[in-house]
Amino acid sequence: MSKQRNPQLNANGELTHLLSTEGLPREVLTHILDTAASFMEVSERDVKKVPLLRGKSVFNLFFENSTRTRTTFEIAAKRLSADVLNLDITRSSTAKGETLLDTIDNLCAMHADMFVVRHATSGAPYLIAEHLARVGRNDIHVVNAGDGRHAHPTQGLLDMYTIRHYKKEFHNLTVAIVGDILHSRVARSDIHALNTLGAGEVRAIGPQTLLPTQMEKLGVRVFHDLEEGIKGCDVVIMLRLQNERMNGALLPSAGEYFKRYGLTPEKLALARPDAIVMHPGPMNRGVEIDSEVADGPQAVILPQVSFGIAVRMAVMSIVAGN
Amino acid sequence: MTTQKISIKNGRLIDPKHGVDARLDLHLAAGRVAAVGAAPDGFAGARVIDAAGCVVCPGLVDLAARLPGLEGELAAAVAGGVTALACPPDTRPPLDEPGLVERLVGRAGDAGLARVLPLGALTARLRGEALAEFDRLTRAGCVAFSQGNTALVDTQVLLRAMQYAATFGHAVWLRPQDKHLAGEGVAHDGEVAARLGLPAIPAAAETVAIATALELARTTGVRLHLMRLSTAGGVALVRRARADGLAVSCDVGVHHLHLTEMDIGFFDSAARFDPPLRAQRDREALSAAAADGLLAICSDHTPVDADGKQLPFGEAETGASGLELLLPLTLKWAEAAGVPLATALARITCDPAAILGVAGGELAVGAPADVCVFDPSAVWQVTADALRSDGKNTPFLGCGMQGRVRTTLVGGRVVFGD
Repeated sequence: MSKQRNPQLNANGELTHLLSTEGLPREVLTHILDTAASFMEVSERDVKKVPLLRGKSVFNLFFENSTRTRTTFEIAAKRLSADVLNLDITRSSTAKGETLLDTIDNLCAMHADMFVVRHATSGAPYLIAEHLARVGRNDIHVVNAGDGRHAHPTQGLLDMYTIRHYKKEFHNLTVAIVGDILHSRVARSDIHALNTLGAGEVRAIGPQTLLPTQMEKLGVRVFHDLEEGIKGCDVVIMLRLQNERMNGALLPSAGEYFKRYGLTPEKLALARPDAIVMHPGPMNRGVEIDSEVADGPQAVILPQVSFGIAVRMAVMSIVAGN
Repeated sequence: MTTQKISIKNGRLIDPKHGVDARLDLHLAAGRVAAVGAAPDGFAGARVIDAAGCVVCPGLVDLAARLPGLEGELAAAVAGGVTALACPPDTRPPLDEPGLVERLVGRAGDAGLARVLPLGALTARLRGEALAEFDRLTRAGCVAFSQGNTALVDTQVLLRAMQYAATFGHAVWLRPQDKHLAGEGVAHDGEVAARLGLPAIPAAAETVAIATALELARTTGVRLHLMRLSTAGGVALVRRARADGLAVSCDVGVHHLHLTEMDIGFFDSAARFDPPLRAQRDREALSAAAADGLLAICSDHTPVDADGKQLPFGEAETGASGLELLLPLTLKWAEAAGVPLATALARITCDPAAILGVAGGELAVGAPADVCVFDPSAVWQVTADALRSDGKNTPFLGCGMQGRVRTTLVGGRVVFGD
């Protein structure tokens, strides 16, 4: 009833937190991608630094472990000349019974300028952003580094950057997202961004057990058959399949999954000849993707990682007001 | 307890059970309704409450209110016009011992505010294994038996609980939700859960449990009440069972008549409920069923402190403070759904009293003098300060409400207002 306003935009419609790609206007998304493009050359310099966040403190708050994502944020913040503190909350305060917002209040008192938050529960970064607004700390910014199944907006944005890099325009593209969409924050962030950027068609491909009900309401076309769904696609985004999905009776086995939904050269041949293959990593070779595809000429999985640094630099500099 | 004679004059008297809706005075003596209309002999010197511009109706009967900090919540109840309320057994510890029930009833009696009607635990410790002692609990004051919001997984235990309850005429109240289908879900399995990435509770978690409960009620002949329906499918199942002649009653939490999954917005934990807020078509089916009398309406009052709600949506506690909003939200629903005032009041007075099998919910001569006098046009704003309950958790915080209780009487005594 009360919190319907998009909390990531300030009163002037500027991005003050990045919590989700949902509800972000096209100009904001494009601005982030353009800014990221300008940062790409920074990473290629001898001195890989710009002074945009000099003197600012970025706190990496990882309530859920992820060395890879934390590292990319750390690199991005350091290239912006920020001071970076990595807090591994899983092992400290919450284990002692401190609430999430107590932790935030304490870190505010340590003069944080930005929180990069990873949390296992959907919506946790919203709670933090709302709390900061309530206590009048509009000078502190929140960047969502993945919350539960909800969103991983910097991953979504780096995916958009990758697609734009290889395909230039969004509107004639058919993009397939394949696999465990139900549990995927990446898929949700990709879907919202693709729809806002005007992609021609977004397809979600997977068995019923791995797709949310009412998936179509998110603006996608649902397929259960990979061979059918991949036909004519310009972009194929493969999702990681967690091993625990076999335990929850969602799938019989990794082998059966690979047979139906694993991306092999034969299946990829059904997409457009110039289709690119993406994956948020880390990959399970032989489960969702065949090594021949992962290492093949159409895969852009490693470039995604490089773009990710520039996109995170762009996001951090924009929310901080640069 | 001594009670003076009271005449409530000049109000619009609505007694839905008896089809009364007229400008009539109400006269109370010895804790009961003494007369409707003209004052009987001996009322010349009676205290007069001027109810001009107000509705005079039976005190509200609430089918579900949780009462941590008993006295404070009972004060909230009478401030909301609620004069009798059923308290679910999933307290800590659960109401599975006569001593606990006697203590609750005793403390409530000492408070002298709303009447408390405890629901006893259906199974010991609510573990769903052994039956609780229905007879002793009934003697201690329990009016029916329930698992509260705790699921009873073992259907054989459920069957036996119903058989045993049916043998001795006890009512069984169930919150229909299949534990496995609900799983770790925190929101309705629909568009919003898909969008926000929230673990979902399918409508089938409710319909499967309802189908099971109805079938076992049919076999055992137990008096079954289904609590807090939330789905269109659940309403349809109960409707069909009633058409087939099964005596089953059911209720809906008043919030579910107003809100849907969309009200979760961006993870608003005030909108986390158990059962979850569902889709628009579910809300419409619930509203229609409340309008035609299939469903009684309750507050499902669940006070939660700020710490319990200041958490990520899926970790926050469920429920909303409701005792003081039951009347205005029912009035608001009635207006939006085009339901006559007297019909709407039936859903929160005589209908729940009939389900509970207790006196009250009516204003006929001889009935308990439990009365609510409210100003139907008074407008107020829901704020933390405006609520007497310790639970300030409501998705309606900041919203305007129309309809405010002026005076509440229990057993002929003014317990709220003047």
